[in-house]
Amino acid sequence: MTAVLDRLKAYAGVAPATLVIGVFMIAPLMIIFAYSFLEPNPYGGVRPAFSTGAYTKLFYERDLFDEMVFNATYLKITFRSLWIAAASVAACLLIGFPVAYYIAMQPPERRNLLILLITIPFWTNLLIRTYCWILVLRDTGLINNALISAGLIDRPFTMLYTEGAIVLGLIYTYIPFMVLPIYASLERLDLRLIEASRDLYATKWGTLRQIVLPLAAPGIIAGSILVFIPGLGAFIAPELLGGGKNLMLGSLVQLQFSSARNWPFGSALAVVIMAVVMLTLMLYARNARRNGGGLQH
Amino acid sequence: MKQATRDIRILPGFNWVTLAFFLYLYLPLIILVVFSFNASRSATVWEGFSVDWYFKAFANDDIRRAAANSLIIATVSMVASTCIATMAALALARNRRIRRKPVFSGLIMLPLMMPEIVTAVATLTFFAAIGLSLGLGNIIIAHTVFCIPFAYLPIRARLQGMDESLETAAQDLYAGRWDTLRLITLPLLAPGILSGAMLAFIISIDDFIITLMVAEAGSTTLPIYIYSLVRLGITPEINAVSTVLLIISILFVGLSYRIGKKR
Repeated sequence: MTAVLDRLKAYAGVAPATLVIGVFMIAPLMIIFAYSFLEPNPYGGVRPAFSTGAYTKLFYERDLFDEMVFNATYLKITFRSLWIAAASVAACLLIGFPVAYYIAMQPPERRNLLILLITIPFWTNLLIRTYCWILVLRDTGLINNALISAGLIDRPFTMLYTEGAIVLGLIYTYIPFMVLPIYASLERLDLRLIEASRDLYATKWGTLRQIVLPLAAPGIIAGSILVFIPGLGAFIAPELLGGGKNLMLGSLVQLQFSSARNWPFGSALAVVIMAVVMLTLMLYARNARRNGGGLQH
Repeated sequence: MKQATRDIRILPGFNWVTLAFFLYLYLPLIILVVFSFNASRSATVWEGFSVDWYFKAFANDDIRRAAANSLIIATVSMVASTCIATMAALALARNRRIRRKPVFSGLIMLPLMMPEIVTAVATLTFFAAIGLSLGLGNIIIAHTVFCIPFAYLPIRARLQGMDESLETAAQDLYAGRWDTLRLITLPLLAPGILSGAMLAFIISIDDFIITLMVAEAGSTTLPIYIYSLVRLGITPEINAVSTVLLIISILFVGLSYRIGKKR
């Protein structure tokens, strides 16, 4: 008896965290999973009747004759989200790798300062950071004003409310997630490897491709995942910079719980996002185990 | 010059990319701050210096109410999540009788792994399902959960770098477990706890999506209010409020960084 009590006492420290996250995170996730298989209540909430309607709604709709016909609207939104998230990952990698490399090759004090400079915007308000880009991109914004007064164009060039603007906003928001893990893997890089490669007549770019890039791979993969996951469920950037007309999954989910009042469909979409996230993380974990790396900065 | 080109660490063009990157990172924020001091109603055409928009923002009752809500929520969530995170970090780092530690640390990281919109709608659904309606309380609960991993990480990092022999020495000198905790472990851990608490505070005060979904009528926070203003149109008043929030965040991160680095 005392042995059992003792064993329980050992867990007293982790109990509050487990309880709070279990009740207010795991249970809610299970509830939306359950709700995704129920029927919607037109006044919000659900009716307790089993239905797979929320999932078929992703592909089909009922036409005037009450027959199921294929509907590409939601698939298009899903693919747009995947595409925009993937484009942000690619752009973050293209910009983030040279930056991480440059910082990793600086003297230690300078490195710490530059890393701090990268993390500061990350901790500032996401909404405000995105709002800044409205000031820059809109028709009467700084870029257009500058171009017009320089006489380069005579009509404003539409940049706001395009998919490009969303990608720009996502890169701006999530690029620290790409730079930091790559920096972490490059910081430990043994410079003698570069030296050896150069001594053996490899060019700078050859060395980069054949020595540095493979060694930075764990950081690149971790960074790509960290940019992809929040990009997929992004809400603020598509709302403010996409103007709500280039709908993405995040906004679609939010819509179902507010004006559209279709909780099961919203839950099903959230489950789909969750499934993609889990799949990505599982693939990553399997890969990391094989290569002996981890998601650590 | 010859020396520089021979340096094996240098790749041509990477320094320019880095410079451009930092400009890209900071210019929009600088623009926001500059135009908060604009004299005209326009948020993007400069017409002279003025601090009127700050006075207008502070005189606005809605903004004051939203700011008060934000402060209450962030303070309570910070205290709650930091206590929970400290206990968990201590238990996971020091208690050898706990099995399956990766499961627990994975659980603590879970709020960080989920896209925020999923957490937001799940929490909303859960509160509706159990009929919880506590006004600000709902937001505080949601924020506490989300802030736990942010408070946990610096505390855990500090614990990992701490020398366990001091605690062993205290126990050798007949200090009880609680005395060791109170007199040795917690004072040594304090910078980590403080640094975690500050991160939790900023995460809460800046949160938008979860608050947007969970907030009931009347419990508007500052980011929600700013969002509703942005939807109505761009004014320097938004820039002024945003600048204030921005400064709070930067101040807290800077402090958290300084404290966290202390030996």
